[in-house]
Amino acid sequence: MVKEIERVGLPAIQICAIVPIALTVGANRIVRAIAIPHPTGDPKVEKKEEVELRKKLLRTALKGLTERIQEQTVFK
Amino acid sequence: MERIKVVHYLNQFFGKIGGEDKAGIHPQLKEGPTGVGQLIQKESSDRFEVVRTIICGDNHAAEHLEEVASVVLKWVEEIRPDLFLAGPAFAAGRYGIACGMMCKAVQQKLGIPALTAMHTSNPGVDSARKEIYIIETGDSTLDMKRVIPKMVALAQKILDKAPIGMPQEEGYFPRGVRINVRAEKRGSKRAVEMLLKKLRGEPFETELPLPQFDKVVPAPPVTDLANAVIALVTEGGIVPKGNPDRIEAHNASKYCKYFIGKINDLTGEDYQTAHGGYDPVYANDDPDRVLPLDAARLLEKEGVFAKLYDYYYMTVGNVTAVASAARYGREIGELLLKNGVHGVILTST
Repeated sequence: MVKEIERVGLPAIQICAIVPIALTVGANRIVRAIAIPHPTGDPKVEKKEEVELRKKLLRTALKGLTERIQEQTVFK
Repeated sequence: MERIKVVHYLNQFFGKIGGEDKAGIHPQLKEGPTGVGQLIQKESSDRFEVVRTIICGDNHAAEHLEEVASVVLKWVEEIRPDLFLAGPAFAAGRYGIACGMMCKAVQQKLGIPALTAMHTSNPGVDSARKEIYIIETGDSTLDMKRVIPKMVALAQKILDKAPIGMPQEEGYFPRGVRINVRAEKRGSKRAVEMLLKKLRGEPFETELPLPQFDKVVPAPPVTDLANAVIALVTEGGIVPKGNPDRIEAHNASKYCKYFIGKINDLTGEDYQTAHGGYDPVYANDDPDRVLPLDAARLLEKEGVFAKLYDYYYMTVGNVTAVASAARYGREIGELLLKNGVHGVILTST
């Protein structure tokens, strides 16, 4: 899906736990998620810390949207 | 010789009614075989008897699939044949979709074995190959002579309840069915042998073929993040509590959009996951773990980006056909672009 969104000319970044799949399906901008059942959360940490973790992931994703790329890129 | 009663579905062209100008015709019934049906009878040495032929125009069928299916079901049920055949449709998309749909309907609703045939590029393949056997054909009628025997042979096996061979042996599209077989050599040996063949440049056959995907040139980036509108999209199945639009837990037939313009935080009281492919406990406890709305709102307030788009789009990415996912992505992308969104964050599980 993320690839098709990019195809219409809109930058799109995929947050997903299994980066090889994102690469295989052709996502251009990728951020590694925390885990499959909770890509943007971690039930093991305190709620407040979890929100911070989520913000950090989103900041990485937003940064990925602002970069001009030539090929598939995994942002960290 | 006990004869096998067959009902056969054809489009207007193979049904000898007309070309594109007749593509709007409604379902019609002819007693006995027509054209391809005669070939099928001949190939089976007349063991198959095409007792009825149902003919429908390609446009009418593709645009009114369910309506046509209900007529076909009625006409098939009157006869209670042993077998339902459709096509071959070769590369004709509307025809292929119709063949797949009619076969699925007959097999699922009436319990009568159904079989069709088409080319790999036909969208009918992905729409029905999990449910029914679809023989692979070339992309034109030139392949008719090769395909009819395969259809007859596989249909005969299904009717005889004989063991069905692997897709490449029988010539049908893989259905995604996994069968346990005992191999002569253990996995590590097979893997090393395969690797050696690969290194030597010799032909080898993978045990786990990966689907082929194409690449897309990266879109231009967001140039002014502080003034950008950002949208959230997820394949993780987050829906309002109760799943009001009844999106499927797997192989979702659609995508949905929901208003989040006045919401700062997703809670398990109001949202849940409809995804059937992962443990839902964490997402149901706090849906922000899949659709990160709370953190996105905080970043919006901090001015990292200008505005979070008022709706999020979602589907369930669980054994969803690549063709469907591609369409959902394209349509969502076009809608977001049209509505002034500058960048998209998509989460998947």
